[in-house]
Amino acid sequence: MNGSTSIVGVGATEFSKEAGRSETRLAAEAIVAALADAGLTTADVDGLVSFTVDPVEETELVRSLGIPAVRWSSRVPYGGGGSQGMFQHAAAAVLSGAARAVVVYRACRSRSGKRFGRARVAPEPVSGHSGTTAMQWATPFGVLTPASWMSFESTRYMHETGTTSADFGRAVVQFRDYAATNPNAYFAGRPITLDDHQNSRWIAEPAIRLFDCCQETDGAVAMVVTSSDRAADTPAPVQIAAAASVGLFEEEVASNHYRPDLSRFDGTAEMGDSLFRAAGLERADVDVAMIYDAFTPMFFLQLEALGFCGYGEAKDFVADGHLGPTGALPCNTNGGLIGEAYIHGLNLTLEAVRQLRGSSPNQLDDPHVALVSAGRTGVLLRR
Amino acid sequence: MTDHVRPAPLRTEENDGFWTAAAEGRLAVQRCDACGRWQHPPRAMCPDCHSVALSFADVAGTGVVYSWSLLHHPQHPSFEYPVVAVLVTLDEGPRVLSNLVGVDPADVRIGLPVEVTSAPTAEGDVPVFAIREGRA
Repeated sequence: MNGSTSIVGVGATEFSKEAGRSETRLAAEAIVAALADAGLTTADVDGLVSFTVDPVEETELVRSLGIPAVRWSSRVPYGGGGSQGMFQHAAAAVLSGAARAVVVYRACRSRSGKRFGRARVAPEPVSGHSGTTAMQWATPFGVLTPASWMSFESTRYMHETGTTSADFGRAVVQFRDYAATNPNAYFAGRPITLDDHQNSRWIAEPAIRLFDCCQETDGAVAMVVTSSDRAADTPAPVQIAAAASVGLFEEEVASNHYRPDLSRFDGTAEMGDSLFRAAGLERADVDVAMIYDAFTPMFFLQLEALGFCGYGEAKDFVADGHLGPTGALPCNTNGGLIGEAYIHGLNLTLEAVRQLRGSSPNQLDDPHVALVSAGRTGVLLRR
Repeated sequence: MTDHVRPAPLRTEENDGFWTAAAEGRLAVQRCDACGRWQHPPRAMCPDCHSVALSFADVAGTGVVYSWSLLHHPQHPSFEYPVVAVLVTLDEGPRVLSNLVGVDPADVRIGLPVEVTSAPTAEGDVPVFAIREGRA
């Protein structure tokens, strides 16, 4: 897979709290924008990949876009945890010859539609293939939201490592600084101080305050993946150096309550190892990283599991300023899911592509390698 | 006595034995008849020996808090806030998600010894935990 496929087009709608139109239309708009960005047409597309929880019906999407023939379609399980797995599916489809160009997409109305942060008291037994089968065991006990499902790992992590809410807050201050200078971010022009973070109300004590939570967003992001040979004819391709997905025994996305040690993301560690091995790259080669910050503690556990710092050392890595523009590993330069928007993780990949193309609102100095982690799935991108 | 009525658990072919026991005031965890493996949440097959002979066996009902959280927001009328949510490691090994009841939220901590009791839902009781007397 190493470098033989590329992202050749990216597109997005505006990010808002009230899109005023259907997810299908949002997806179609983002896909049309991504094709235009790549200089391709729907006649060039023969593959579609999304992930579970996306409400868009593939058949409806094709009816609107006018794709002449679909030769590959798939959905990655695990909801947002599977967001980067789309690139593994798309690359596998292209490399196998099953499809020539694959569109990956996600459309949300997670604010104006079914709010992601709402209290759910009627779960489905298998949770729509989102990798959260343990959700049914949480409902009778008032554990009804993503923040509450993920709070158990967070509290245990704090207990084992001595990490505090203020340590989490220092990362949020950095994400909000990036968001402040990103015109597309929900929190554009609204940086915060550590005191602001510490004064924001508890959602799930002692780990998650309001300002530790990602956005609920309406909007869509789409990208086009094809072979790197074909990509040479497009204006601004970015290579997929590696894409990986690892799910370990007893590990769940969000409702991860039964792994032996909840203070470590063992699956993310294996996913990261797979990425670097497949790409032939080292941690030190990564110029910028986008790490799924649904809630701040999840960012800390991934940062450690991916090997950018040792176990329990994320708090020091963050306090030393390494997430900032001149740090060892600038992270979530769009403001992250906390500061920019929550298109279920795909806007992180969008920002990684922007950085490698030189078009980020918080552009770094000539980055060549970007990592995107959604915990269970991830990609390494290269130009 | 209270306006807060917990939602009934969702029953499936795999989990029915757990909730049936709970409704009778017992904490029963799935165990493999062939190799004796305790497992929770229950499942269709023993992942160690692939036996499908699985039973729900009563456990002692004692354990320690593995992790916890005080849930403040959003609030649902079925619960009183903050919800004291806990993961309990049972003495038999499996971990269960539940609530700690009759406790000052400020006293909740990892390692707290707990024992099972029951709380009503819209349809039958579910197992919740209280601090084990004399052991805190």
